[in-house]
Amino acid sequence: MTQQQTEGGDVRLTGISKTYGSFTAVHPLDLTVPQGSFFALLGASGCGKTTTLRMIAGLEEATTGTVSLGGRDITGLPPYKRPVNTVFQSYALFPHLDVSENIAFGLRRRGIRSVSRQVGEMLDLVQLGDFARRKPHQLSGGQQQRVAVARALINHPQVLLLDEPLGALDLKLRRRMQLELKRIQTEVGITFIHVTHDQEEAMTMADTVAVMNGGRVEQLGAPADLYENPRTTFVANFLGTSNLIEGEIVSAGTDVVVAAGGGKLTLPGGRCPSPVRSGGKLLVGIRPEKMSLTHTDDADRIPEGRNRVTGRITDSSFIGVSTQYVVESTAGTALQVYEQNIERDSRFQPGAEVILHWNPGHTFGLDAAQSIDAGAAGADGPEAVA
Amino acid sequence: MPVLRWIRRNLVVLAGLLTLAYMILPNVVVMVFSFNRPKGRFNYAWQEFSLDAWSDPCGVADLCGSLSLSLRIAFWATAGATALGTMIAFALVRYRFRARGAVNSLIFLPMAMPEVVMAASLLTLFLNMGAELGFWTVLIAHIMFCLSFVVTAVKARVMSMDPRLEEAARDLYAGPVQTFVRVTLPIAAPGIAAGALLAFALSFDDFIITNFNAGSTVTFPMFVWGSAQRGTPVQINVIGTAMFVIAVAVVLAGQLVANRRKSNAGK
Amino acid sequence: MSVTKAPPAHPAEAAVRKPSTRRRLVPYWLLLPGILWLLVFFALPMVYQASTSVQTGSLEKGFEVTWHVRTYWDALTDYYPQFVRSLLYAGTATLLCLLLGYPLAYLIAFKAGRWRNLVLVLVVAPFFTSFLIRTLAWKTILADGGAVVDALNTLHVLDVTAWLGWTENNRILATPMAVVCGLTYNFLPFMILPLYTSLERIDGRLHEAAGDLYATPATTFRKVTLPLSMPGVVSGTLLTFIPASGDYVNAELLGSADTKMVGSVIQTQFLRVLDYPTAAALSFILMAVVLLVVTVYIRRSGTEDLV
Repeated sequence: MTQQQTEGGDVRLTGISKTYGSFTAVHPLDLTVPQGSFFALLGASGCGKTTTLRMIAGLEEATTGTVSLGGRDITGLPPYKRPVNTVFQSYALFPHLDVSENIAFGLRRRGIRSVSRQVGEMLDLVQLGDFARRKPHQLSGGQQQRVAVARALINHPQVLLLDEPLGALDLKLRRRMQLELKRIQTEVGITFIHVTHDQEEAMTMADTVAVMNGGRVEQLGAPADLYENPRTTFVANFLGTSNLIEGEIVSAGTDVVVAAGGGKLTLPGGRCPSPVRSGGKLLVGIRPEKMSLTHTDDADRIPEGRNRVTGRITDSSFIGVSTQYVVESTAGTALQVYEQNIERDSRFQPGAEVILHWNPGHTFGLDAAQSIDAGAAGADGPEAVA
Repeated sequence: MPVLRWIRRNLVVLAGLLTLAYMILPNVVVMVFSFNRPKGRFNYAWQEFSLDAWSDPCGVADLCGSLSLSLRIAFWATAGATALGTMIAFALVRYRFRARGAVNSLIFLPMAMPEVVMAASLLTLFLNMGAELGFWTVLIAHIMFCLSFVVTAVKARVMSMDPRLEEAARDLYAGPVQTFVRVTLPIAAPGIAAGALLAFALSFDDFIITNFNAGSTVTFPMFVWGSAQRGTPVQINVIGTAMFVIAVAVVLAGQLVANRRKSNAGK
Repeated sequence: MSVTKAPPAHPAEAAVRKPSTRRRLVPYWLLLPGILWLLVFFALPMVYQASTSVQTGSLEKGFEVTWHVRTYWDALTDYYPQFVRSLLYAGTATLLCLLLGYPLAYLIAFKAGRWRNLVLVLVVAPFFTSFLIRTLAWKTILADGGAVVDALNTLHVLDVTAWLGWTENNRILATPMAVVCGLTYNFLPFMILPLYTSLERIDGRLHEAAGDLYATPATTFRKVTLPLSMPGVVSGTLLTFIPASGDYVNAELLGSADTKMVGSVIQTQFLRVLDYPTAAALSFILMAVVLLVVTVYIRRSGTEDLV
């Protein structure tokens, strides 16, 4: 009945918000999720991403605003009348029903009698054919998760909502389930809205990611775009790691020159927040993997035209594919650098004097009026939350 | 001394088993004396073996009448207290409302009150209202004091229930009624059953409150009480033993069924 | 479900929705019948009883509220031995229940293994035989010339207990010891079950951890097991003490005129003497004492969530 997926089956949130007493969980929010896309809501716990999801599901009543699906306003509909299904965090499988009864639950509630064929197909889709008669507590975490997905998908919802569905799984299984979910999504072509606090998960799975913070969407875009061009320090720190250096703008134009830590750094004017005025402050950002490390003794080998910062190595840790260095810099802050382990320079020990240098084109600028630590792992990042 | 060391190491087990013996001993005595043929009116001293009482358990006037009355009261008290108590438990766990503290105290107080106090005050009410003491006053009293225990038992179960299960049901096209019947009730059932069982046992065995509010109606505990003054028929022991055996058998059978189901499901 | 059928014309004008009234009333409807029952048949009787306790009069002429507070004073002076006895017997029985019940609860929780369910059944099963019948069985067990009395006599234990004032004339029946023995027996399951519940929740690995951190078994018990089982100890002692303090069945069946507890007095005044004001005053004093003891006890043990 809900299989007819006309063009324009988009999920559209208009001015939707949620307040509990004096606490605002979600500030008025406009969001459009195109039909058939894999959309991720990413943020630390308490940022309002789950509340947003629950308002789409109808499990939470929106304080203001509307939810519409394919042009139809569904704001006032209770959850059992919405063509939307949810995969819950911790799965919420019915403990008193076995796997196949769990999966058949939605069909039966809609008065469909012969469910065995569809249940069988679903069991095959999630590769659980042999477990039909087991009770949920007799399954492993990964199997329970797949039952939860099957239980939702069998109803052919227009949108599948996933509330941190992989949070309870160990790392290896989580990676496998990410691919699995992605496969299922491409196979069935349903819109997936996926809530997660794991930035890697969001980036590997989703076409579009909305980064949420404090009940607001900070930035929305394709994963690579978000990573390369963060517009706030929160996004810069929450998605991967960023080195942020505060400096004063010396000249503005096609290239912006910033004075920081006794040196000068150049970055493209197009990657700066507007407006840029000389004399103003700017946060200069650079990703750790984009920087190179050269010992001060070899300073003359660094090509011209690259941004440079001098400093001293204070810490290094070997992590296989690369080595991570922490460098105390003249720019004031401790900078992180990832060096590929191709030819390791044995002089890179704690205490060594080094020069960090990088292509100015890889630099981005951020408004200096915001907290430099927002979204950093140490402050209230995703690791601290998990 | 190895024996002493063994005793020391197993001191907890020995002490526990002694307590268990202390608790079981009266039941054994009751059982043994159900085969007694006492001299005189009281069945306190062993005379000789006899099956008289077992072959005629209702042979004493009013005994089986009082037993059936007690069963009827226990049944209706259980039904009433379970229904009312389950509703309260759900309200307490699942909803926000004003006066939650007052409601909690009102539930807690009957359990923190010596029975004789409740018994006396309830009788004062009935006397003032001019109510006729009997089946109905006893039933009212039993529902009153069983209610709190049912609330406590059901509350514990509902509290450990994941509210997401009901959300999942609603998400999967189950309306409010279907959600309750298909998901909430089956999952809360063990707690409700425990509360009901407790209510039945409390009601069936109650003496003090019943004694105050029964008027001339005689329940089984009141019959036993009366016979302790006038003379104890052996049939009392027969009925006590039979109840004990039936209860243990039912529990063990339930256990067996549960075990079998568990091992079947594991295959 | 009648919330905003049409979308608001302008997102900016979006009205703030409130949960529907019907849904907000649900908890009150759920509470109503049960709470009403308790108000009418538990709270209201207390009011009636309070009023009765300050009435004077007689059965023939009827009773009237005269604010005769002296009834309380008279009741106390006339029956303080029964009061003291009730608290003493109930307290002793509670302590004995704890001492006897703890090892058994511990045994079920940690040592019983596959026998656990059987032992639990044995603890609960006596419930199904009327407690009056079981209490009468103690008359047989403790009878004069019975095995128990003979054995204790031979060992001269009864001489010691007689010297302590617990027994008299080389017998147990009709003495305080018999009453306390009966009370202890009757309320043991109420002690064991909460103890077991709180012990069972303790993670067995905690014992291993304590052992790993140089605690002897005795220290482990004192520093880990006992503190973690405190909620069970508190609710167990309350579930034992409260009913025991108001009980009169054991005192009547196993005791004598010298072991009467306050419950007996209330019962006699109410059902035989028909002196309602005195009976009401007595039961109010008992209630006040019990509530006081319970409140102080809960405060001091710091566990508020007993229910």
